[in-house]
Amino acid sequence: MITLTINGKPHEVDAPEDMPLLWALRDELDLKGTKFGCGVAQCGACTVHIDGEATRACVTAIGSLDGAKITTIEGIGDTREGQALQTAWLELDVMQCGYCQAGQIMTAAALLAKTPKPDDAAIDEAMEGNLCRCATYKRIRAAIKSASGQPVDDLRSA
Amino acid sequence: MDTTRRLFLQAGAGIGGGLLLGFGFARAEGTQALTDYVSITPDGLITIMAKNPEIGQGAKTMLPILIAEELDADWPQVRIETAPSDEARYGAQFAGGSMTTTMNWEPMRQVGAAARWLLIEAAAQKLSAPHDAFTTAKGQVIHTSGKTFTYGELAAEAAKLTPPAAESLKLKDPKDFKLIGQSQNGYDSPKIVKGEPIFGIDMTLPGMLYAVYVKSPVYGARLQSCDLTAAKAMPGVTDVFILKGTDWHGLQDGIAILAKSWWYAQNARTALEPVWDDAVGASHDSAVYLEQAKALVKSAGEIRQQSGDTDAALKSAAKTIDAFYQVPFLAHVPMEPQNCTARVTDSGVEIWAPTQVPNSGKELVGKTLGVAPETVTVHMRRAGGGFGRRLENDYMAEVAAIARKAGKPVKLVWSREDDIAHDFFRPGCYHALRAGVDAAGKLTAYACHSVTFSRDGKVAQGAGIDGNAFAPLVTPNFRLEQSLIETTIPTGYLRAPASNALAFVHESFWDEIAHAAGQDPVAFRLAQLDAHLNDKANYNPARMRTVLQTVAERSNWGKARLPKGEGMGVATYFSHRGYFAEVAHVRVADDGQWRVLQVWAVGDVGAHIINPTGALNQVEGSVMDGIGSMEAEVTFEKGRAVQSNFHDIPMMRMPKAPKIDVHFVQSDFPPTGLGEPALPPVIPAVANAIYTACGVRLRKLPILPETLAAKPVAA
Repeated sequence: MITLTINGKPHEVDAPEDMPLLWALRDELDLKGTKFGCGVAQCGACTVHIDGEATRACVTAIGSLDGAKITTIEGIGDTREGQALQTAWLELDVMQCGYCQAGQIMTAAALLAKTPKPDDAAIDEAMEGNLCRCATYKRIRAAIKSASGQPVDDLRSA
Repeated sequence: MDTTRRLFLQAGAGIGGGLLLGFGFARAEGTQALTDYVSITPDGLITIMAKNPEIGQGAKTMLPILIAEELDADWPQVRIETAPSDEARYGAQFAGGSMTTTMNWEPMRQVGAAARWLLIEAAAQKLSAPHDAFTTAKGQVIHTSGKTFTYGELAAEAAKLTPPAAESLKLKDPKDFKLIGQSQNGYDSPKIVKGEPIFGIDMTLPGMLYAVYVKSPVYGARLQSCDLTAAKAMPGVTDVFILKGTDWHGLQDGIAILAKSWWYAQNARTALEPVWDDAVGASHDSAVYLEQAKALVKSAGEIRQQSGDTDAALKSAAKTIDAFYQVPFLAHVPMEPQNCTARVTDSGVEIWAPTQVPNSGKELVGKTLGVAPETVTVHMRRAGGGFGRRLENDYMAEVAAIARKAGKPVKLVWSREDDIAHDFFRPGCYHALRAGVDAAGKLTAYACHSVTFSRDGKVAQGAGIDGNAFAPLVTPNFRLEQSLIETTIPTGYLRAPASNALAFVHESFWDEIAHAAGQDPVAFRLAQLDAHLNDKANYNPARMRTVLQTVAERSNWGKARLPKGEGMGVATYFSHRGYFAEVAHVRVADDGQWRVLQVWAVGDVGAHIINPTGALNQVEGSVMDGIGSMEAEVTFEKGRAVQSNFHDIPMMRMPKAPKIDVHFVQSDFPPTGLGEPALPPVIPAVANAIYTACGVRLRKLPILPETLAAKPVAA
């Protein structure tokens, strides 16, 4: 048994230490908000926070997480940054298919926790690892700015 | 749309005594079925069914807007559900060809108008007043006296009435639209930002097992043998078995690994050493294909389109321009890997799938299992992208066969490597082009010999070459020839199929012709369109002229003074009933690194932009998708794909995302779809901008920075 602390609560997982956190979350604990995209830390769809750091759950073995504080998309709304980002994502109607957006929000939340008012360069650098196949990048960038209290245009009309 | 079908409407009582309104299509043979689109409960909650798959194109929000508009529903009171997949009840249900708007613009509004009519009629009967003494607004029926009923109050009575014929319903004057033309945010978005399990891959059933399915990386190779002992002994694995393939669109030879959760199944792959009959792939190499194409264009191909006397016109031309263009194979790579969940019991097969074509999945599963398609139910789940990949239901056939043998519900999930190795790729193509201009710089001849691919002797899926409408329209002497290379590689339809390759080829070549003729690329195109403004064909030159003129104005075309290493390029393209003209502004550094700084996209998709926020998102995404695709390719060696994951299939990422200016020209035509038509022209617009920025003419994709690097100065 491995104990994982997820969104402030302990969860027991009966699985080998080398099982990636992504699959423990999705299949063992039924927390399906964290998404599978590539399995090799190339797309960011599985981004979670481990002790506040944006981390790719698909390449993080659960055996390495003893005592770690894990936050997932299901819990990020309880943080100030997470709630602001979720609100901004909805106000700016960011998503198309929406599959990558949990990972985008998680990476953005880690950025805002360290850099409360990021400029375009800081956003680009933080977000480069998160693929959006629908390419909603313009709105993701605007939503991050909006969530951090910076002015943005309404992007929803031509 | 099949015009032999006629819309029928029928009302009935729902649970709790509310209104259920459905409509069906009377089939040519006279059979008729009815179903529910709108239900209204006594407390006024309106539920609207979205009939088509949601793959990120916004159909789940857009289709109910059409119904709610004519119903005069109060949008915050509307709940949306995905319809069951059942074409007898709902008509065509698919996400493809940017057809959802085109096919549903009128029928969905008729459904809304019928529901409104019933509610008014119920009020009219209550007050013994004439039908036309009532109006509606925001979920209420209002009598001229001021007496008002909520829809909920009228729902039970309305359910007892017979709706009028669909054709007799008067639809709103567009000036009275309250929802159409106003942005409504994605209906599922509040669930998405919280990580709720609404995608295909999030499906769970009681007692469900998880599966991977191991297939040959060499296309068409049959399984010769595989020792399953070691895999069966791997942790978490519950069973391993071999399935025999039946169909390259569906179930292929492979080994199913079942486990108590997915990672165990994936992990157990390492314990398999299958022996495949690889010989089938021996001659299928990207390098071999290129040599074959170069040889094929030296002799005549099959004539696909011809007008005038192209050879004579080329001979008498003052100047001829020649070029050979190459376009690579591409993978779809939707963010959600292919997956599917199935339960097979004596009473039938149940499938939960992220698919673009749920109903054809029933046929495939039926064929695969040898059961009647009517016993197969397909539940549409939200899809994490489609891009044309989910027009194939191979994963559905696989999981159905696995679940039947397992005797338990099974969720099959492909790894990203599976997704790329077993894509139905956008086929590559090769084109030898020759154009002639006269002494005045006027185009007189245009000849293209395209080499694409065949499968079993027929043009392979997605390998059509007829999509370019502009050149044959404006060129008096035009010839299009095709030669085919037989391939084992599965091909299919990628967003804006055929057009996504042909636009690059023809619109880049147009740019070459314009420059060779000493003319501005915008002016050159406008002159061609002007000469044919009254030609009535599938392609409307007047609509294209307007978007081209508009994009030239918005981009300040020909007026901006750009620094060295920067350039602007233009292209137009008509596909999926949409007219788009786009201008790209790029910068190319001395080392060949390139960036698109801005794109201006102007489109005409008819009289109404139904949901502007979704429409803009589609255009912006299409533009970025097109630009991103210019760096990607899939190559083949010995009948298998070389690339395997996002490390060697680069996609557009945020730092390279350009500024995009989108504008819609609203014409008098019925509205058409936006999932695809903005994509094709951006690719040649960028290629043409690269030419003006650094003088390198791109005739081959993907772009490699070394081909754009400034030539080293000779010592």
